[in-house]
Amino acid sequence: MNTEFRMPSLGADMESGVLLEWLVHPGDTVHKGDIVAVVDTAKAAVEVECFTSGVVTELLVEPGTRVPVGGPLAVISTTTGEQPHAAPTVAAPGVVTSPLVRHLADQLHVDTGTTPGTGVGGRITRADVIRQAEPVRISPRARRLAAERGVDLRTIGSTTPGRVITGDEVLAAADALGRPEHDAKGIDPQAMRNAIAQLMAKSKKEIPHYYLTEQIDMSTALAWLHEQNRALPVAQRILPAALLLRAVASACAEVPQLNGFWIDGSFVPAGGVHLGVAISLRGGGLVAPAIRDAGTLSAPELMAALRDLVSRTRAGRLRASEMSDPTITVSNLGDQGADSLLGVIYPPQVALVGFGRIAERPWASGGMLGVRPVVTASLAADHRATDGVTGALFLQAIARQLQLPEEK
Amino acid sequence: MRTTYREAVREAIREAMRADSRVFLMGEDVGRYGGAFGVSLGLLEEFGPDRIRDTPLSESAFTGAGIGAAIGGMRPIVEIMTVNFSLLALDQIMNNAATLRHMSNGQIGVPLVIRMTTGAGRQLAAQHSHSLEGWYSHIPGLRILAPATVADARGMLAPALADPDPVLIFEHGSLYNTEGELPESIPTCDISSAAIGRTGTDVTVITYGGTMPAVISAADELATLGISAEVVDLRVLRPLNDATIMQSVRKTHRAVVVDEGWRSGSLSAEVSARITEQAFFDLDAPVMRVCTEEVPIPYAKHLEEAALPRPERIVRTARELVGR
Repeated sequence: MNTEFRMPSLGADMESGVLLEWLVHPGDTVHKGDIVAVVDTAKAAVEVECFTSGVVTELLVEPGTRVPVGGPLAVISTTTGEQPHAAPTVAAPGVVTSPLVRHLADQLHVDTGTTPGTGVGGRITRADVIRQAEPVRISPRARRLAAERGVDLRTIGSTTPGRVITGDEVLAAADALGRPEHDAKGIDPQAMRNAIAQLMAKSKKEIPHYYLTEQIDMSTALAWLHEQNRALPVAQRILPAALLLRAVASACAEVPQLNGFWIDGSFVPAGGVHLGVAISLRGGGLVAPAIRDAGTLSAPELMAALRDLVSRTRAGRLRASEMSDPTITVSNLGDQGADSLLGVIYPPQVALVGFGRIAERPWASGGMLGVRPVVTASLAADHRATDGVTGALFLQAIARQLQLPEEK
Repeated sequence: MRTTYREAVREAIREAMRADSRVFLMGEDVGRYGGAFGVSLGLLEEFGPDRIRDTPLSESAFTGAGIGAAIGGMRPIVEIMTVNFSLLALDQIMNNAATLRHMSNGQIGVPLVIRMTTGAGRQLAAQHSHSLEGWYSHIPGLRILAPATVADARGMLAPALADPDPVLIFEHGSLYNTEGELPESIPTCDISSAAIGRTGTDVTVITYGGTMPAVISAADELATLGISAEVVDLRVLRPLNDATIMQSVRKTHRAVVVDEGWRSGSLSAEVSARITEQAFFDLDAPVMRVCTEEVPIPYAKHLEEAALPRPERIVRTARELVGR
């Protein structure tokens, strides 16, 4: 049985994507979850996973093509044991080839259907086949430009006789991929700005936000972290951000009404807790890919996942599921020195948790005044899905969890 | 003012002699005969036999005399009939004119200008037709000029005479009858830069001197095929003006060097090598050359034409590079 592999939705705002690169070829066996292609959304180059297992029988789309969400990209044969039959070399309709030429084409693995013919009446000659079999050559300028702009030269089919890939072809491909000069990371800052603008405007227009804040004493949590980090090498030390994320994941389990989506006028709870982490990019802009199943991870595991996610995001390489999956977003501007933040919800999610800077503050406890490290946690939530009471429970759950750092 | 290349050279000599009494012209038949190519016609009558001097048929002797006069404070213009005969004076040019400033620790300069005819195309056979300016451009201590236009024929002599070191000017024999416009007041002319003879975007054709008309004609033909060729006129063969060449190649990403010299060990090889050294990562195609066939220039008209860089060959090479 054949199934179509389609352009996935890599975010609520995505209407189409540009196929950048195939990572499989016809005849390859793929398994569910394998990364098969790279797709450029307006925000980032995303590695796309396959949803079925089988054999790739046909790639329907050339790299560089823009495809709407849901548009077919490839055909995957899911029938087990059946190998795709190599298509015999046949000429395109109307093209006459001699037996000798066909024999030569078979020997040299040349597809006469795509070979330009220079003989009488467009006939394909032996010389045409031999020329077609020559390896594609790449000019020095084309190589330099491809490296500068992050263009995969294998995706460029040259039209020049003698088959030399020139710099102009690389520039055209770079333009098609939206890769302007001086941006080898594959992200067009203007396109990203536009995407953020659209999404945030949609959020503020449609979602009636309500906001709550809570000051949380971090002394217990930080003391615990200090002990943990003593035993760890520098590269693996846990940052407070990991504890904050874990507290949010735990609160999501406790108050599931904030972990999910507002779709077609009703709240749909999410199947798991996938924390969207807002990550700012060095060139400007931000993305919020997910740490999947954050509720099942310990603090060191969360820390490792966070490091991995940040580095891959900034390298422009995210997986499809990470882009489309977040069930709630966490934004931490503490590093930037902000005391607190009131966020804009990422639709169709229904909540965004914000953390400000952890700073020493006067703190009254048990009738005494002391100095404690304190963080302001905030919640921006969709009033259509929940009311303030639910939000308050959620923030309290975060605060409680941060007083019990040793748990899980 | 419309004028010929020949008249432009003559006018430049006349102006220089009027402006500076140290300037004089000497060479074979430059006086009573008016020059082998008619350049100095009428100058003997105007300036007299002391300043327009006919010499014996000894290139070594009169070139050496010119060097001595230059060292002594004069500003001689030595005319050698063709570049082939200049080989008889090569010892004087290379071992004396080019070296004395260096060997005297700067005490002795040789402010000499040597003009000579170069190139083929007039059925003068193998002993009068070669293009050896590339050889001279190998020699440190010399400045080598190749005026391709009437404006350069008119303008290059004055700065050459002002140069404190020896300057060789190569006048292609087929250019003397070409015509061009000159402004009434002659603008100052530099003898250090290359020029863009025509702007274009698809391929750079680099040439100088006598092959300029063939290149312009090829550029016209290419334009009808939708290929925009940029023409670089080297003008100065030593020292080469790399910046102008590279600027053009970085724009078009393709280069053809057209040189009437032979290909092996030639000026075209030097230009090609410099492009590869300095602009390799801006190239979309290998640097190509169109040169004279490696034979002594034939006498027979059809063979001579077949040996020289013709517009068809330039067009074909440019089309290969551009892929159209």
